[in-house]
Amino acid sequence: MMTDLYQSQRAMRQMRQQAMQRGVVAILDVGTSKIACLVLRFDGTGRLSEDNSIGSLAGQTGFRVIGAATTRSRGVRFGEITAMQETERAIRTALQAAQKMADIRVDHVIACFSGANPRSYGLDAQVDLDGQEVTEAEIGRVLNACDVPDYGAGREVLHAQPVNFALDNRSGLIDPRGQMGQTLAVDMHMLTVDAVAIQNLVRCVKRCDLELAGIANSAYVSGISALVEDEQELGAACIDMGGGSTGVSIFIKKHMIYADSVRMGGDHVTSDISMGLGISTTIAERIKTFNGGVNATGADDRDMIDIGGETGDWEHDRRTVSRAELIGIMRPRVEEILEEVRLRLDAAGFDHMPSQQIVLTGGGSQIPGLDGLASRILGQRVRLGRPLRVHGLPQSATGPGFSSAVGLALFAAHPQDEWWDFETPVDTSAVRPFRRAVRWFRENW
Amino acid sequence: MRSLTASRAPDVYRAKPLAGPDAAFQAGGNTKADPKLRLRGGRLFRRRAGRADPAPSRLSYRLQRWMLTPGIRRGLKIGLPLAALATAIGLFFADETRRDALAAQVDGAITAFQERPEFMVKLMAIDGAGTDLSDDIREVVPLDFPISSWDLDVEQIRDTITGLDPVKSASVRIRPGGILQVDVVERQPVVVWRTREGLDLLDETGAHVASIARRTERPDLPLIAGAGADEHVAEALELLRTARSLEDRVRGLLRVGERRWDLVLDRNQRIMLPTERPVRALERVLAVNEVQDLLERDVAVVDMRLGSRPTIRMTEAASADWWNTKVTTGNGQ
Repeated sequence: MMTDLYQSQRAMRQMRQQAMQRGVVAILDVGTSKIACLVLRFDGTGRLSEDNSIGSLAGQTGFRVIGAATTRSRGVRFGEITAMQETERAIRTALQAAQKMADIRVDHVIACFSGANPRSYGLDAQVDLDGQEVTEAEIGRVLNACDVPDYGAGREVLHAQPVNFALDNRSGLIDPRGQMGQTLAVDMHMLTVDAVAIQNLVRCVKRCDLELAGIANSAYVSGISALVEDEQELGAACIDMGGGSTGVSIFIKKHMIYADSVRMGGDHVTSDISMGLGISTTIAERIKTFNGGVNATGADDRDMIDIGGETGDWEHDRRTVSRAELIGIMRPRVEEILEEVRLRLDAAGFDHMPSQQIVLTGGGSQIPGLDGLASRILGQRVRLGRPLRVHGLPQSATGPGFSSAVGLALFAAHPQDEWWDFETPVDTSAVRPFRRAVRWFRENW
Repeated sequence: MRSLTASRAPDVYRAKPLAGPDAAFQAGGNTKADPKLRLRGGRLFRRRAGRADPAPSRLSYRLQRWMLTPGIRRGLKIGLPLAALATAIGLFFADETRRDALAAQVDGAITAFQERPEFMVKLMAIDGAGTDLSDDIREVVPLDFPISSWDLDVEQIRDTITGLDPVKSASVRIRPGGILQVDVVERQPVVVWRTREGLDLLDETGAHVASIARRTERPDLPLIAGAGADEHVAEALELLRTARSLEDRVRGLLRVGERRWDLVLDRNQRIMLPTERPVRALERVLAVNEVQDLLERDVAVVDMRLGSRPTIRMTEAASADWWNTKVTTGNGQ
């Protein structure tokens, strides 16, 4: 059933390896409000610093950002491509600028997007080992033995990562290879998204004369860059507040175990302001960025904001609004988003996690006072997260809005094992007698 | 750090526009003040004014990607100038007259350099050659002095001079002062070789030195004769040296059958020498001569060809005489 996907994902993985060999790959974050493009150059394996410590870059020194560009996104709604022509042009803009800065031509692209209704599934399987030792083939066998639920037509598996291995009664194994035991069990996290969204993205990238070398969910990659290592290990949720959608991803033991997205984001706040004050979206966006907030104080009543406008009506163009009023418009929507996130976290069973750290990131997390509001709704342990530092990233691209782009760069450099990285056992894949013979020989001699 | 947004080249100087409602009034519409100095390129691919779309056109996107390809860039950076240069040179030399003119110019420059007075050779000095040989040398090396030393092939001149018969060896060099110095060692004739064609003078290696018309021109030299004699002049000289004791009785040496020597004496006597070790055989004859005055007698031929059995042939008169006396002495009864 999933051989098709298996093949395509493997092809993509191969493309990624090709790109790594060539040394240059582009990172494309297709968001609702902006499209960010980073050009990475891989210069060998990451080296540790002189004193053998992990260094200030958390060991992520295998690559360097040599080009970066953002452009206003068009044709994307709720993190999904709705107008392909427009999106393609936006991607072209970002890519061209990034290429120009990098001064090198890029042929491979790793992309991420936030929408398309991601849905998480937890799968598990258990097999009796043929021999005593766990080999790579056994892992492939147990992964393949997972009972895949019927995730519906028109959906596609985006990630399928083995999260936990158990050998006999010992659970919590990260890498069981080479260990002895009788039965091997695996827990796998599978993330499915709407197939149409993937197809649209693939088409857009193709039309820009580029090869797609990987796709990731943006909530997942934001988590990679915004959560520090301890949080990933002990358990944390990353809330990526984007323009059109808010991604939620939960990590534990350095694996993503749940991802979802709320189809609301900063653009909804902007449109609320735009409707509430009767101004254009661009002005609303500007007012939101410069004067927005979620906690009103007494001083905010006296803080008058020029709304401006270009209608030509002098009276209309010189309206003012107090900051308190603006906050009064923004806060309910932000609360609504956070409430929705709360629901998703509850559904995922975040209450039962040993550590309930919540990290807010994404462009929307820059609203002043958001952490206070979020801690009231989501729980006490809330912090604002910024992406990890990577080599060569421009200062202007280090803000929380770039956490998914940076995370995607980290993901490109150190991808986690996915289900399709392991060979499927022979008897379930297309049975080719010759390959079986070769395999038999290789295993016995 | 470069800005993240697609940057454009800056407008270096722009006249300060009118501010406020005055500007709006004067502009009338939304036309902007023209920049005084425009440093923007790429007018061809720029989108029309008034569009808010920053996206590059598909053509410009492709073109930029193309230009960022390393091979293309290198080709444009190195290949294109090279191709242009090659084309220019090719076009220049496509014309015959230009080609010739350039060749003439180069030749002129080379000649002008080579004909500087430092390089000119004004005369040839010949040392170690007699008058005749000097004249011969001047004849075979016809040089128009003054001549540039670049044009002189000294090796070839030396080979030509060495090719002359009377020249044993020669060295040719250009001496400072513009003199072509020829040092010649002449061959010294040691024997006269008589052949059917005439008389030749040979040196000790058998090489031809000169021809003479009459034997009397060089009476001081011994005579050899016979085909192939010139290849064994050294042997002949040794034989003649051995036969010194015969003084002026020696008429000459005759090469017989290109194989062995006959020493010819006056009174038609001859000593036939073997092919192998002729000197030793001659010494034996001379020793016999010393003791018995063999050659003073009426002997026509002393045949030493078989070393174990030397033979003497008497003259006819002697043998007749011997026949006559044979009866009286009478040993054979």
